[in-house]
Amino acid sequence: MEVDQLQRSFLEYTNSLFRFLDGQFGQLQLLQDESNPEFVFEVVSLFFEDSERILNDLTLALDQQNVDFKKIDAHVHQFKGSSSSIGAQRVRNACIAFRNFCEGQNVEACRRCLQQVKQEYLLVKTKLEALLRLEQQILAAGGVIPMLDS
Amino acid sequence: MPWLGKVNGVIAVSKLSKRRTNKALVVHIRMELCNCIEPPWPADELLMKYQYISDFFIALAYFSIPLELIYFVKKSAVFPYRWVLVQFGAFIVLCGATHLINLWTFTMHTRTVAVVMTTAKILTAVVSCATALMLVHIIPDLLSVKTRELFLKNKAAELDREMGLIRTQEETGRHVRMLTHEIRSTLDRHTILKTTLVELGRTLGLEECALWMPTRSGLELQLSYTLRHQNPVGFTVPIQLPVINQVFNTSRAVKISPNSPVARLRPVGKYMPGEVVAVRVPLLHLNNFQIHDWPELSTKRYALMVLMLPSDSARQWHVHELELVEVVADQVAVALSHAAILEESMRARDLLMEQNVALDLARREAETAVRARNDFLAVMNHEMRTPMHAIIALSSLLQETELMPEQRLMVETILKSSNLLATLINDVLDLSRLEDGSLQLEMGTFSLHSLFREALNLIKPIASVKRLYVTLSMSPDLPEYAVGDEKRLMQVLLNVVGNAVKFTKEGGISIAAFVAKSDSLRDPRAPEFFPIPSDNHFYLRIEVKDTGSGINPQDIPKLFMKFVQSQPLAAKNSGGSGLGLAICKRFVNLMEGHIWIESEGIGRGATAIFIVKLGIPGRLNESKLQFVHKVPGNQVKPNFSGLKVVVMDDNSVGRMVTKGLLVHLGCDVLAVASGEDCVRAVSQEHKVVFLDVSIPGVDSFEVAVRIHEKFSKRPDRPIIVALTGNTDRTTKENCLRVGMKGVILKPVSLDKMRNVLSDLLEHGYLSESQMTITGHEVVKMTCSEDEVVRMLLVHAQEYKLGL
Repeated sequence: MEVDQLQRSFLEYTNSLFRFLDGQFGQLQLLQDESNPEFVFEVVSLFFEDSERILNDLTLALDQQNVDFKKIDAHVHQFKGSSSSIGAQRVRNACIAFRNFCEGQNVEACRRCLQQVKQEYLLVKTKLEALLRLEQQILAAGGVIPMLDS
Repeated sequence: MPWLGKVNGVIAVSKLSKRRTNKALVVHIRMELCNCIEPPWPADELLMKYQYISDFFIALAYFSIPLELIYFVKKSAVFPYRWVLVQFGAFIVLCGATHLINLWTFTMHTRTVAVVMTTAKILTAVVSCATALMLVHIIPDLLSVKTRELFLKNKAAELDREMGLIRTQEETGRHVRMLTHEIRSTLDRHTILKTTLVELGRTLGLEECALWMPTRSGLELQLSYTLRHQNPVGFTVPIQLPVINQVFNTSRAVKISPNSPVARLRPVGKYMPGEVVAVRVPLLHLNNFQIHDWPELSTKRYALMVLMLPSDSARQWHVHELELVEVVADQVAVALSHAAILEESMRARDLLMEQNVALDLARREAETAVRARNDFLAVMNHEMRTPMHAIIALSSLLQETELMPEQRLMVETILKSSNLLATLINDVLDLSRLEDGSLQLEMGTFSLHSLFREALNLIKPIASVKRLYVTLSMSPDLPEYAVGDEKRLMQVLLNVVGNAVKFTKEGGISIAAFVAKSDSLRDPRAPEFFPIPSDNHFYLRIEVKDTGSGINPQDIPKLFMKFVQSQPLAAKNSGGSGLGLAICKRFVNLMEGHIWIESEGIGRGATAIFIVKLGIPGRLNESKLQFVHKVPGNQVKPNFSGLKVVVMDDNSVGRMVTKGLLVHLGCDVLAVASGEDCVRAVSQEHKVVFLDVSIPGVDSFEVAVRIHEKFSKRPDRPIIVALTGNTDRTTKENCLRVGMKGVILKPVSLDKMRNVLSDLLEHGYLSESQMTITGHEVVKMTCSEDEVVRMLLVHAQEYKLGL
């Protein structure tokens, strides 16, 4: 495919992501330059790793007999932090909701929240992976990744 | 008898006996005197006899004169010519002797007698000639002594006179001094005048002394004070009398007739009134008081002082008394003016004190109010945003789930309302910051073209949903780059354009941007807007014209007022908080510009026009800009290259992002995950340490304290800055308390981090505006994209809901 077309698709796709990713993601893309050409990819990968780990921990914690809400809160806090840093606003929102229920110490609600969070995470993961793939394609075609505000 | 035969010579000396001759003479004289024996003297003998007697008396006299002389000279203290006296005495004595010896030559006398006689005569001749010669010299001297004596007597008389004069003057002076002392010892006007009259009366022994003051109108003189009457009834005389003019025209005391109206103070009686003198007393009107002009005053007001000598006395006014009166009049004038000034200044001071107290009270009240407002805002800021945040987040999530149509409607309404509420909260907080004056524009160089294009891109989707066209025309003479607050300009533009879109149902919006020339700068509707073009700035004029519902011209002034909705019926649906335009106006004013709306009426569309002052990059003198921090003229990164920093964050993603941010800015970053690692790793080479304080279970404050201890007392110890996701005040206070120099909200944008680093390196601490615990970034609403997204969300929902 032509570089222009790829770039256009990339831009369109990025624009369609506005529901899932907020301005913070744009900031991350700004940080990618010649000295750091893989920055976004690295951050996103790290995010995936981190998130999977946290989600696993959460699932385990909520499966316990005596649910340790403090620990769960800590995990959710972490997740909120990382999703914030990457700009995954829906994940973040879900985390906020989760924390509210944690305070309420409602196990069932927390479990439901966890599901929600997982769902959001998977959604944003799909989107991000698609985006990264597009980026790779552009780079492979010899083009340069267009900036959001051009 | 031989002695009888002598013709000349009283005494005939007989050879026989001198004694017997004397006796004979005496007997003879006795015999002559008693006339008992008939004098058988012949006529020529009679003559001789008389000569004899005369010679005798002459001799007597001649002998007694020197005696007298000696006696009196001895008595007198001063006689300079003693030797003259001796000479004179000798002369006289010799003359006497001669005459005495002559007595013997009347009768026959011996040769001895003749010789003695001759000797005596010769001696006498010599002495008398000598005396005569000497007297030629002496007499002029003596005469001159007399002249000198006369002269001295005259001089003495003159001196006496002068002494008298001086004494009088001195007495006058003493009186004046005493009077002045009396007058000046008080600053009360009434006392001054009363004392003057009393003292003058006493000193000069006056019968009556009166003071006439000019009335308020200046046309009459009113009797204000007299010596004898305690409370004079208000006599008035017109001021234009000739006698009064005469007195007022000279600074000397003038004798006036006792019958003149000002002097007729006592009932006319059968006595002869004493002489009357009047003198003017200049009154200094405070408005005329000019220090350099004294005593020449532009408009002169005088009072009249009238002094009357006792009647039926033959006293006359003496010159020195008149002088006294004149001097006193002057002193009184000065004393009165001092009293007036003092009164005035006391009054002014009292007034000032009152005002001071009132101002102080007002200031304290204002301070209290501001403090209360700030406290309220600080609390409400966080307290309001947190639940808001939760509502919006959860409603968004809810929206994405499976819902029945009614449920969806409800959720959308909830979302819309909460978005509006969030906007309102933001706007209110923004506006109060604006009104505070604490808002400062963040100047930077930006591209005008990209600003407009971005705005266009953001508004196009919504406009196209409503099937409205949007056109943008930028005049060719618009500079490519400008210096100003890009974010806020964007905010204003979006607000205006958004309003245009909101109120337009069909047709479209046209945006025009051009450089305002001086004639188009002045808007007749805004006479107070005085744009001053200069070399370093230009005025950008943007006109947004819509074909919408228009505005009633009467409502136009209210548009920019806070909280006023122009269409009460559509209020529920209009969706604006009523603050948008007010905020725009504030921003535009901050940019030294002007904003207004023109409309021809309902249904005729409206045009919003605003003009803002922007700088021309490169030509601008940066020190004049309202910088919060320094930004170079073009958007080149300030060089933080090699700046060693430490980042502590236990969240790996967050840590990576922050590190990436700082690396992008050129720093040399060491990222650690725990407090322990942080304390261990920080060295004196590191200039800044970013600590994430929202890590549960880790006391980042303790980390900060330990870092400070590690580098205590070093002037170049690293600056510690907190990164947090919390926006509450306590976090900020705690951070500042442990010595952190700043608090920033996560996540941090690139620009934000750049600004933070600049600020830190320049000042060593974060200025208030860089510290982001104002909560703005929690819901991320100052980022214009998000605001637009939010606004577009609102508009989209409104549209969807059929508004």
